[in-house]
Amino acid sequence: MELEIKNGTVYDPLNKVDGERMDILIRDGRIVEKLKGKADETIDARGRIVMPGGIEIHSHFAGGKETAGRLFRPEDGARTTYRRLDGMRAGSGYSMPSSFTVGYLYAQMGYTMANTPAMPPLFARHTHEELCDVPILDKAAYPTYDGNWFVMRYLKEGDPGKLAACTAWFLKATKGLVVKLVNPGGTENWGWGRNAVSIDEPVIGFDVTPAEIVKGLAEANERLGLPHSIHLHPNNLGKPGNFETTLQTLELTRNVPVKNGRQSMYLTHAQFHSFGGDSWKSFESRADEVAKYINGCDHVVCDTGNVTLDETTTMTSDGPMEYFLHNLTHLKWMNKDVELETAPGITPFIYSRKNPVHSVQWAIGLELALLIEDPFKVLLATDHPNGGPFTRYPRIIAWLMSEPYRRYYIEERVHEAVQKQSSLATLDREYTFHDVAVVTRAGQARALGLSEHKGHLGVGAHADVAIYDLNPSEIDPSRDYKAVEKAFSATAYTVKDGEVVVRDGKVVASPQGRTYWANPIVDHELEREMEKDIEQYFKKYYSVNLANYPVQKSYLERGRELKIDARDVK
Amino acid sequence: METHTDVICPFCGTLCDDIEVQVEGGRIMDVLNACKLGTAKFMSMNKKHRPLKPRVRGENGFEETTVEDAVERVARMLVEAKKPLLYGWSTTECEAHSVGIELAEEVGGVIDSHSSVCHGPSVIAIQDVGYPSVTLGEVKNRADLDIYWGSNPMHAHPRHMSRYSRYPRGYFRERGQADRTVVVIDVRKTDTASIADKFLQVEPGGDYELANAFRAALNGVELPDEVAGVPKKDILQTLDIMKEAQFGILFFGVGLTMSPGKHRNIDCAIKLVADLNRYTKFSIMAMRGHYNVTGFSEVLTWQSGFPFGVDYTRGRPWYNPGETTSIDLLTRGEVDACLVIGADPGGNFPRRAVEHFARIPTATLEPHETPTTYLSDVVIPTAIAGIEVEGTAYRMDAVPLQVRRFMDPPEGVYPDREILKMILDKVREIKNGA
Repeated sequence: MELEIKNGTVYDPLNKVDGERMDILIRDGRIVEKLKGKADETIDARGRIVMPGGIEIHSHFAGGKETAGRLFRPEDGARTTYRRLDGMRAGSGYSMPSSFTVGYLYAQMGYTMANTPAMPPLFARHTHEELCDVPILDKAAYPTYDGNWFVMRYLKEGDPGKLAACTAWFLKATKGLVVKLVNPGGTENWGWGRNAVSIDEPVIGFDVTPAEIVKGLAEANERLGLPHSIHLHPNNLGKPGNFETTLQTLELTRNVPVKNGRQSMYLTHAQFHSFGGDSWKSFESRADEVAKYINGCDHVVCDTGNVTLDETTTMTSDGPMEYFLHNLTHLKWMNKDVELETAPGITPFIYSRKNPVHSVQWAIGLELALLIEDPFKVLLATDHPNGGPFTRYPRIIAWLMSEPYRRYYIEERVHEAVQKQSSLATLDREYTFHDVAVVTRAGQARALGLSEHKGHLGVGAHADVAIYDLNPSEIDPSRDYKAVEKAFSATAYTVKDGEVVVRDGKVVASPQGRTYWANPIVDHELEREMEKDIEQYFKKYYSVNLANYPVQKSYLERGRELKIDARDVK
Repeated sequence: METHTDVICPFCGTLCDDIEVQVEGGRIMDVLNACKLGTAKFMSMNKKHRPLKPRVRGENGFEETTVEDAVERVARMLVEAKKPLLYGWSTTECEAHSVGIELAEEVGGVIDSHSSVCHGPSVIAIQDVGYPSVTLGEVKNRADLDIYWGSNPMHAHPRHMSRYSRYPRGYFRERGQADRTVVVIDVRKTDTASIADKFLQVEPGGDYELANAFRAALNGVELPDEVAGVPKKDILQTLDIMKEAQFGILFFGVGLTMSPGKHRNIDCAIKLVADLNRYTKFSIMAMRGHYNVTGFSEVLTWQSGFPFGVDYTRGRPWYNPGETTSIDLLTRGEVDACLVIGADPGGNFPRRAVEHFARIPTATLEPHETPTTYLSDVVIPTAIAGIEVEGTAYRMDAVPLQVRRFMDPPEGVYPDREILKMILDKVREIKNGA
């Protein structure tokens, strides 16, 4: 199968291509220099934007709590339903679309990979079953380590070798890609209805602190040489004044050595961690402080966690935070503590334009994107569905590209608190298409350590391409922001592994994507020693047998194992 | 003799995964660790009278036929029906659920599970007020208070207490039983009640009142001397036990779900638990019955957005319990064909529902002979998940496990998922004009 995309205006930041007219050639699912024969299909991309397929780095779209969130909100399902169409499955859900629909919606926006970022290891089998029902996209899942009893035990015992070995073991057992931490220590304390409100607060019964967990796992992560850094949701999410905790947390990994030159800390949904003030009354944005810190260092990459002012379903592995939110709104509340591992929670949330706090949150997400100078350090995400559904990305792109669009919102749509409690109204930076390509694909690929095949259009890359019906030489995104929003909502074409999957905004094929997972191979002796502890804990404390715990490879329909040689870890 | 360890018991929602089964020459010789109910399910494999051939109703009763013929008849039945019902699913693996949902979409039918007749009201309550819950290992490691309300695990989930609640030693409960208090609330003194530290006997139908009384007292309201047959003193004492516990859990069964008040009972119990979190850590869990009734809710929810009773007749998922649930559809005569998988509606649905079931074309995928198979027009015997077929099942706390295959199904007997796939392919063939 050969495909040729002719005369498009190409934005490919990883190959330093910024709006050049180029042809993209594809053979057998890869980008190639030359075709062998005549192309099976030629796409005329003249006057259109061509980008690598979008990559979602943080979106809660599949897994145990995601399905629990759908289950307990039939009102969200009934709000938007999707008809069964030729070759396309039916579905439902506004803030939490059902699995097949997730794949279609992302592909329609030009995304070809999406990662689900908080998988309790015990529920990993569920996540993978569900990922198989998300068509088109390549996928990966991030197992959570924040309250992992083995991690805390080895930290307390001061055994970095076994810590690294058990970090590797859980990736292998859960078929996960990334070490994820959610409110480290806080989720274990939530087992007793408590939380961890500073990075030095001890974890009940384990005698370690959140700071030690973050630092220890960051070191283990780098010793194993994993593709991505630790992926962190720090303590105190969503609390006024939390930016100080955030800055203290970021500082923890400043000196952690990294082999491959990428960040040592990925701060996710930074918006929720950039709050100032000491109460909801004195609430204000401190995006400036967080941005200043990130501008001044080179060990942190973050994503925005934009609020889109929608009714949504919040779901995190941060159980105490969801309870806190439930007490704020008195809406229904779901909790799902997971033995020896973590503590997810879910509650609906209605962001209102008329609410000063929600409006300032909206501003913070945009401020971060505009204040952090290097777009490779601040990627676009809504922490779907927590800040808003991922289907709002086109609107966020339009906000970022157009100062007048933001001004319209500030002056006409949102609460006036935005003008006093945030600096958004003073920012006139506007994203270029090149910046957009960075914050929606190139930056993600680089931060994830997957940029060999993903997030670019160089020879050898996977042939994942998005073509948007927008002519950069004719359009002024600052003025025509509605056209930008429309174009990014539905591609002219989305190509996945060389196959056209979306044409004129309509899904025309739904192949199964890959599921990436990391398998760091550690020293055999070390692994055996560590496994003895695991066996003992399984016998005594887990409610399932060790033999029934690891996810069988058969659960990954198209698994892609990333083998990593970590035998030098002692 | 082969010994199979870490076998997962495909019987109840406790989903014990430490069973040892000894097999010799296609016969099960011994089952270790399992309870009476689980053992009986494994040992039933040795019975000789298992039907192996598909059968269809002819003029003189059932006649044996081939799988291909039976599949085609089922496919035609589904295609010709205006609104077929696909019911059951709780005793088969999730891989079969997945094909079943696709089939329901393809034929524009209604798909529904046992939830509709057991914990459906619990799900409705969860949709009303939420569900602060935990996994069972959390209970084992932390709980110092276990409450069973309208639930009799000694009989229905015999190993629940020994694996997760009353007896095991946990990380923070090293002394096991000595570290834990058990309270039972029920309409009669059950065998579970007889080993409880405290037993409250509520009047039949009084659960809603009692749950409300707990909640009212917790929020500072003065109680009358007696509520639903339980003296005020006992209510307040129990409430103190709840508030003073370090980690409490309320397990509830169909005694609370299906008694008068239904989902409102559960609403109230859930809110009580949410309120208790102001004082201590407290959680709630439904004692799901069939081993994979939870799994079906999970698969249907992630695929369609809704947990049971999903109507695809308009091409979009539509969920409205009372309108799209099996008993209502059958008693009102709104469905005109029915496919049953891993369930026995003929044995336990209300009479009027069964009468309609007997009138319309029906087919059943089922390894055993049941009242439902006798009422069906087509019966296809299938292999037994967890014994002859591997696949995913979800425990009552939604922990997913892969049930094992340690015996081969008899020749010509296929897993549910394969039969369903054949039906789906046939349906597509017929719809495409073949």
